[in-house]
Amino acid sequence: MSTLEIKDLTVSVETEDGPKEILKGVTLTINSGETHAIMGPNGSGKSTLAYSIAGHPKYTITGGTVTLDGEDVLEMSVDERAKAGLFLAMQYPVEVPGVSVANFLRTAKTALTGEAPKLRTWVKDVNGAMDKMHLDPTFSQRSVNEGFSGGEKKRHEIAQLDILDPAFALLDEIDSGLDIDALKVVSDGINDFRARDGKSVLLITHYTRILRYIKPDHVHVFVAGRIAESGGPDLAEELEASGYERFTSAAV
Amino acid sequence: MTAAVQEALELGTVESHLHPEGSFDVDAHEVPKGREEIWRFTPLKRLKGIHDSAPFADGATKVEVEAAAGVSVETVAADDAVRGTSGLVPTDRVSARAWAASTGATVVRIPTDTVIEGATVIRHHGTGSETAGAGHAVIVAEKFAKATVVLVFEGSAVVADNIEIVVEDGADLTVVSVQDWADDAVHLSTQHAKVGRDANLKHVSVSFGGDVVRHDFTAEYAGPGGSVEALGLYFADAGQHIEHRLFVDHTAPKTKSNVVYKGALQGEKAHAVWIGNVLIRKEAEGIETYEENRNLILTDGAWADSVPNLEIETGEIEGAGHASAIGRFDDEQLFYLQSRGIAETEAKRLVVHGFFNDLIRQIGVPELEEKLTSTVEAELAKNINTLITKDNV
Repeated sequence: MSTLEIKDLTVSVETEDGPKEILKGVTLTINSGETHAIMGPNGSGKSTLAYSIAGHPKYTITGGTVTLDGEDVLEMSVDERAKAGLFLAMQYPVEVPGVSVANFLRTAKTALTGEAPKLRTWVKDVNGAMDKMHLDPTFSQRSVNEGFSGGEKKRHEIAQLDILDPAFALLDEIDSGLDIDALKVVSDGINDFRARDGKSVLLITHYTRILRYIKPDHVHVFVAGRIAESGGPDLAEELEASGYERFTSAAV
Repeated sequence: MTAAVQEALELGTVESHLHPEGSFDVDAHEVPKGREEIWRFTPLKRLKGIHDSAPFADGATKVEVEAAAGVSVETVAADDAVRGTSGLVPTDRVSARAWAASTGATVVRIPTDTVIEGATVIRHHGTGSETAGAGHAVIVAEKFAKATVVLVFEGSAVVADNIEIVVEDGADLTVVSVQDWADDAVHLSTQHAKVGRDANLKHVSVSFGGDVVRHDFTAEYAGPGGSVEALGLYFADAGQHIEHRLFVDHTAPKTKSNVVYKGALQGEKAHAVWIGNVLIRKEAEGIETYEENRNLILTDGAWADSVPNLEIETGEIEGAGHASAIGRFDDEQLFYLQSRGIAETEAKRLVVHGFFNDLIRQIGVPELEEKLTSTVEAELAKNINTLITKDNV
């Protein structure tokens, strides 16, 4: 079981004009087995929330706490956070030239579990995960994200989610840039993950369309660095019908 | 051939600093002072006088030859006509001195129409850095021959040499020069290639060891359709000076050149220099050229100079381009790997291996691939724990 608790989190980023506050007090608890959707307009800080939890060096935590089952996440290095069970699927996955997907996955799995995966089952697991994401088996021999199409990058992120099997998935705009077929494939992968025991998901998105395939337990509207309103799946339907205007005008 | 035709075929002279007049006369080359364009990056004080008048003696290196079946390797006298067949004319004093001082030459010959399996390896083992040695080698791939020749330099030595590469029409030759010297070695090498009609040359320079390693690789074409691929991989440690100077002279139409050099630097006063010169002559219509140099600075105190030069005398070409970069670890790459549970030092190792992997694969000499990967690993092991990122500089 794992519970991610975010309390009064404030985060700033260095700019040319000095530090700029992006997150202005975020409080959110995600219990084991829950899926939360965070929706918000561009520039609201929803991606910053994901990156801050994962520990990206660009962001400075200026206040608040993040704990995973009571453990202080903010004290951990980036890789320690992953070992504690966090996984971040990125909006723009990074290219790592010369490092094959196979080598990358094996190194990551070994780091996470503390032992090299058993060769016999490993190859099958990797090929299975690639197949589910409609990625060709030769994909494993390509350099990580190098020359991948936008859709391939996203499907590769979800294949990693499948193989690395974290407790807690932060998915940052996993739906952006996907055509409808790819969106279905990616959504199926996320739903497979959710079907596993006790897995939690924080789904960050700008659009409502992915919520046709992934039904969240909770929906939060994120505006100007904080949660403006929380509710159930019906809140997403309201956003689909009326957009963010009601929330953005209230925040100004 | 009539005089008129001969004249028409003669290449015009090019007023270009890329193309200095060569000479076999040592005295025609002044002793460099360090301000000269071709010497300004090189630490002359560490050359043990070979750029000036330090004597050369025999026996500076012990040579072992492992010739692949079908390849002949022999030693000929200094006055043998094979010397100079690549068109090499020394353009600096060290090359001219080495030419004059060589008492013989090693000639590697791959006969016409033969495809050779496996690499021919010529291993030079330095016996000490007290006396300097001068070397000369000529590698000839005769018409339509195909082979790989690997030169390995190791141990302690002060060496100046000229290496001539002749790739006759239709031949396909790979020459790899591996500088795996001990820490005190000084090696100045001039390597010149003449590439025949529709011939391919892959020239690879790998530099890991040595105090000062300076390699000039130059190529010219004897006919249209020739192709040169020049690859380089280097790893400069604290105090090391590794310099590569490339010059591809597109002397014939429809020729190709592709130059890719990649290096990593670590430690106080590790210095790498890369000069990539390409000249596209008026005659060289329809050519294609690309040159690239990338440097990965792993720690503070190391620096790299990277200078691509392209001179174009005809616009009638397929393409010409260059790229040069000097950078530190990319925070985004490290974050991505770490966010998957990979520890920082391990993430850096992956990035550096990745940086070199594409290049190692392109070398295409299986005997070398594993050795190069493990040498990169050994270099990284020296100070993996002090590798820097942008935030803690």
